[in-house]
Amino acid sequence: MQKRIYPHTTTRTENQRYFNRERRFLFGVGVYLDYAATTPVDPRVLKRMMPYFSKKFGNTMSLHSFGQEAKADLEESREEVANFIGAKLEEIIFTGSATESNNLALKGIALARRSSSGGGRHIVISQIEHPCIMESAKWLESQGFEITRMAVDKFGRINPEDINKAIKKETILVSIIHASNEIGTIQPIVEIGKICKEKGVYFHTDSSQSLGKIPIDVNLMNIDLLTASSHKMYGPKGAGLLYIRKGTKIEPILHGGGQESGLRSSTVNVAAILGFAEACRISKKEIKKEAERLQKLRDKLIRGILTRVPNSHLNGHPKMRLPNNANFWFEFIEGESIIIQLDLLGVAGSTGSACSSIKLEPSHVLLAIGLKHEQAHGSLRLSLGKWTTEKEINYVLKVLPGIIKNLRKISPFKA
Amino acid sequence: MDLYSKEVMKHFRKPQNVGKIKNADGIGKVGNLRCGDIMYLYIKVAKDKKGKEIINDIKFETYGCTVAIANTSLLTTMVKGKTIEEAMKIKKDDLVKKFGGVPFIKIHCSLLAVDALAEAIYDYFKKIGRPISKELEERHEAAEKIGEELKKHHGGLFKVEEELHKEYEK
Repeated sequence: MQKRIYPHTTTRTENQRYFNRERRFLFGVGVYLDYAATTPVDPRVLKRMMPYFSKKFGNTMSLHSFGQEAKADLEESREEVANFIGAKLEEIIFTGSATESNNLALKGIALARRSSSGGGRHIVISQIEHPCIMESAKWLESQGFEITRMAVDKFGRINPEDINKAIKKETILVSIIHASNEIGTIQPIVEIGKICKEKGVYFHTDSSQSLGKIPIDVNLMNIDLLTASSHKMYGPKGAGLLYIRKGTKIEPILHGGGQESGLRSSTVNVAAILGFAEACRISKKEIKKEAERLQKLRDKLIRGILTRVPNSHLNGHPKMRLPNNANFWFEFIEGESIIIQLDLLGVAGSTGSACSSIKLEPSHVLLAIGLKHEQAHGSLRLSLGKWTTEKEINYVLKVLPGIIKNLRKISPFKA
Repeated sequence: MDLYSKEVMKHFRKPQNVGKIKNADGIGKVGNLRCGDIMYLYIKVAKDKKGKEIINDIKFETYGCTVAIANTSLLTTMVKGKTIEEAMKIKKDDLVKKFGGVPFIKIHCSLLAVDALAEAIYDYFKKIGRPISKELEERHEAAEKIGEELKKHHGGLFKVEEELHKEYEK
């Protein structure tokens, strides 16, 4: 039974009817299980955004009332978002995306420390970061910085002790993804944060996948910088944030009009940021119940697939994983063809197979947890969200075994 | 909006000529090193009324993506009943054209299918001791090289396959 409460409904049946209507409107008859790629905008978020495309169009930098109204609303949003992660108002910088936030975090810290006297040139990341961290680090490497890429265990977890050993005198930043976008594994952020604090190294975490799904408090977790994304948590695309602890030395990468305390010049996308803030406000209320609900569905899905499909395996940690993430690999077949078969039956998922990547390379995350090329080749990620129902999970459990069987019939590796 | 054309999806939904051929006259096994896809083609050769060799039966097995599966299926329907000479004339562009185009990154799948057929014909020629053209020999050498590399990548799979194959031939 759907637990989400619509404030204007009075009975459970009425509540369910609203939920179903919303679901049908957003997905038709399709079963969307790719919430880790992106989510639809929550209708309540959309409602809050609408005026900012018309009547409240002002530029936050303008002195007149149009501009000042937008500015006041922007600051209100900042407070809501700050509240959500236990930060102070002035520690939140809004950006255009999580990619931008991660670029700003890595390059901004690196440039700030380089220009100061005696600055270090060493940065620690993991082998399972999102491409925007991997590529930023690679670019910094080409600029003379030294990058250490931490290995993970077979579940995708980093041993905090390894971080402790990797930090040296020249280390300026440790950046570790909070929860993997592919396999959902949650990192021991608290311990890593503590180590960084003791050693006096900035600690950045990319929480694009985890914010809104598991609770985050930047102080309890000893986080100095945190990236988050609006469109992964039922906000609009085009808004991201970077939390920067007060006193952190960082340089901007976009120079211009000096918006966002001079760290991110660009006319502020008020509508998207308000949507982001509204999504945070809703999430703050619903996160606990929703996480419990999704976790139940996720476990049903994982158990169901592992028992119904022979030669299938779970990727990532069985327990320390996002409540909405399930990732498998199937022997003898390729993932892109699974996705297209699922799509034909109305189910949307994703894969780390080389065939689905524009570089024709298998997912670096799956390789980092020790999967061979052929194993990553048969991977499937299903990610659940707000509108996922038990009925949908049952449907996937019904159709997926047949798809796998048919593809194996075509494969030379299994009769 | 779909990622692939109707023709691709037609062959992917209902692939034609899937399976193995017992005591095949020629077997072509090829793979792509970068994406990791693997295709097996089995041919059975017979003589037509004019005494020309034709591909009497053809079957395929593909470990790969949508377009790889569709390509092998399409190729088998195109060469079944054709003479070996005619079959050899089919190029990757003919497959891509029949599909009404594929995404640029998937063009190598069509090449792989054509290579699989060339390998099957090479295998047949070798078996009956017929002289092999220089071009075919070169293609075979290239395919073999890739095969060796792939075995390093996909070692586990090949082991399974070898055992299955032995079972099948019994």
